[in-house]
Amino acid sequence: MAAEESYPDELKYHREHDWARIDGDEAVLGITWFAQDSLGELVHFEPPTDGQQIQRGASYGEVESVKAVSDVIAPLSGEVLEVNRKAVDEPETVNADPYSEGWLIRIRLSEPAEADELLDAGAYRAFLAEQ
Amino acid sequence: MKLIYEKSQSGRTAYTLPRYELETPELPEALRRSEPPRLPELAEPELVRHFTELSTRNFGIDTGFYPLGSCTMKYNPRVNERLANLPGFRDLHPLQEEEGAQGALELMWRLQEALVEVSGLHACSLQPAAGSQGELTGLLLMRAYFTERGEHEQRRKIVIPDSAHGTNPASVTMAGYELTPVKTDARGNIDVEDLRAKVDEHTAGLMITNPSTLGLFDEHVEEIARIFHSVGALMYYDGANLNAVCGISRPGDMGFDIIHINLHKTFSQPHGGGGPGGGPIVVRDTLEPFLPVPQIVRDGDTFRLDFDRPKSIGKVRGFTGPFGVFIRSYAFIRMWGPQLKRMSEIAVLNANYLLARLRDAYDLPFDRLCMHEFVVSARSLKREHGAGALDVAKRLMDYGFHPPTVYFPLIVPEALMIEPTETEPKEVLDEFCDALLAIAREAADSPELLKDAPHDRPVRRLDEVRAAKRAIVRYGFEDHPDLGAEPVEPRQLEAQKGA
Repeated sequence: MAAEESYPDELKYHREHDWARIDGDEAVLGITWFAQDSLGELVHFEPPTDGQQIQRGASYGEVESVKAVSDVIAPLSGEVLEVNRKAVDEPETVNADPYSEGWLIRIRLSEPAEADELLDAGAYRAFLAEQ
Repeated sequence: MKLIYEKSQSGRTAYTLPRYELETPELPEALRRSEPPRLPELAEPELVRHFTELSTRNFGIDTGFYPLGSCTMKYNPRVNERLANLPGFRDLHPLQEEEGAQGALELMWRLQEALVEVSGLHACSLQPAAGSQGELTGLLLMRAYFTERGEHEQRRKIVIPDSAHGTNPASVTMAGYELTPVKTDARGNIDVEDLRAKVDEHTAGLMITNPSTLGLFDEHVEEIARIFHSVGALMYYDGANLNAVCGISRPGDMGFDIIHINLHKTFSQPHGGGGPGGGPIVVRDTLEPFLPVPQIVRDGDTFRLDFDRPKSIGKVRGFTGPFGVFIRSYAFIRMWGPQLKRMSEIAVLNANYLLARLRDAYDLPFDRLCMHEFVVSARSLKREHGAGALDVAKRLMDYGFHPPTVYFPLIVPEALMIEPTETEPKEVLDEFCDALLAIAREAADSPELLKDAPHDRPVRRLDEVRAAKRAIVRYGFEDHPDLGAEPVEPRQLEAQKGA
């Protein structure tokens, strides 16, 4: 079941259609409703490994649907603390619930100030409207 | 339709093999079958009906219009098949000695010469089996070239635009290079400023398709060549879209050093089922010493295979490549002869005719004259009516057309990539446009017609996600799932009503 379109206010957004839920020096990352809707139902999520360093603006994994394979771009830099096994085992979870059950990875931020450059929900909606 | 296993009746047989009278060779016990294989058992008429019925459910260029963008599904002239069936070609063994295969060697040599002329480059290898293998071979040539110059360690990067075929980045990775993506600008060209910032003495080369997967000829190709040549890098031309430019512009003149040519696209070859393909590469003289062995060479009036090429990267395919493909493509090129340019001109004209008729009903990401194909987007249909490119494609099947390529290139959302080729008459192009225009109206009036399509094909909308996740690729004798679908009433088609 696909989720209804939404962009929760408590999240930060990246123009590559990723979101971050920042909590102190950690963040949970995932893809937005728009990203999962554009891809269609996911059939595979190729995650990074625990402990891997990811760089803002660079790919940290891949999501695959029957339409396309797409890089997942990191909105923030840091070290991978945890991968959501549910998103790996049942990638359709990302379609059903992109912001909670369908999160992708949890990281420890290496450059917390990068968060200032992310968009809030309103700015991300405005960005989508221009697309 | 039932599977052949479901029609099987124990004891039926279509043909009885003659009694085996030779001595049975001894097989070790461990390698012997304990039970006979479970093969379907049918009488000959049932067998013939089964496969005849299956064949009527096929769709190919011989049954209808097949505008699959980037794939160049042109009509394959029957004379090609006749020539490929000449006993002197058909019955040759790949290990035939050279003096007994002079005709075949001459044909391959002459095909090489034709490809060299079309490319504007210097030397050809027919070996690669398809475009993707041509790409890998070309990158291995780059590596051999830079290794000889002592620059291999320094040059690790290959630049690829974001509109590229997926095989390009895959080939780069396979060849051990690093990928440097470059953006597309607002007119659909490579973003030259982005490119300039990314090309330096660590760059081995560029890989582009020109015209690109957007069906657009890069207006800055000369500037791009200057940027790469100024740092000593090489340029690779993905010949997937060569059908647009034969006899009009040559990759060698644009500054490219290596090109692969998809024989099965540009020079006709039945290839809807995934093969056989042919991906010869043609290179500038500086790269010739590294070409795969054997090379086909001419000594006066005789032709031979030359293995004595010490700098060669080696063989990339068994024997000399897909010979049947060479016969058909050579015949095709000779039939056009000096008029080959007309082929490309008509392909471009056909594509622009379709584009002109469709441009108001679909979104146009880049408003330019196109080459032999073009990309439109169903983005507004999706936004306003909820029916996207996939739904348009599925509905087109109800109108009797093969859908175009969808969701590619990736930089255009809801992309529909349409390539008519030069072999379609205006009436067919008009029927196709009528159907796409009717579908755009249906999207507004009754979008469920699109979302539930196809309605009158042998199968309805397939569950692609389930097929990808849980493919059933063999028959489970005891627990085979019921794959039959309820038959459905065909829905009325607007275009057939004369819309």
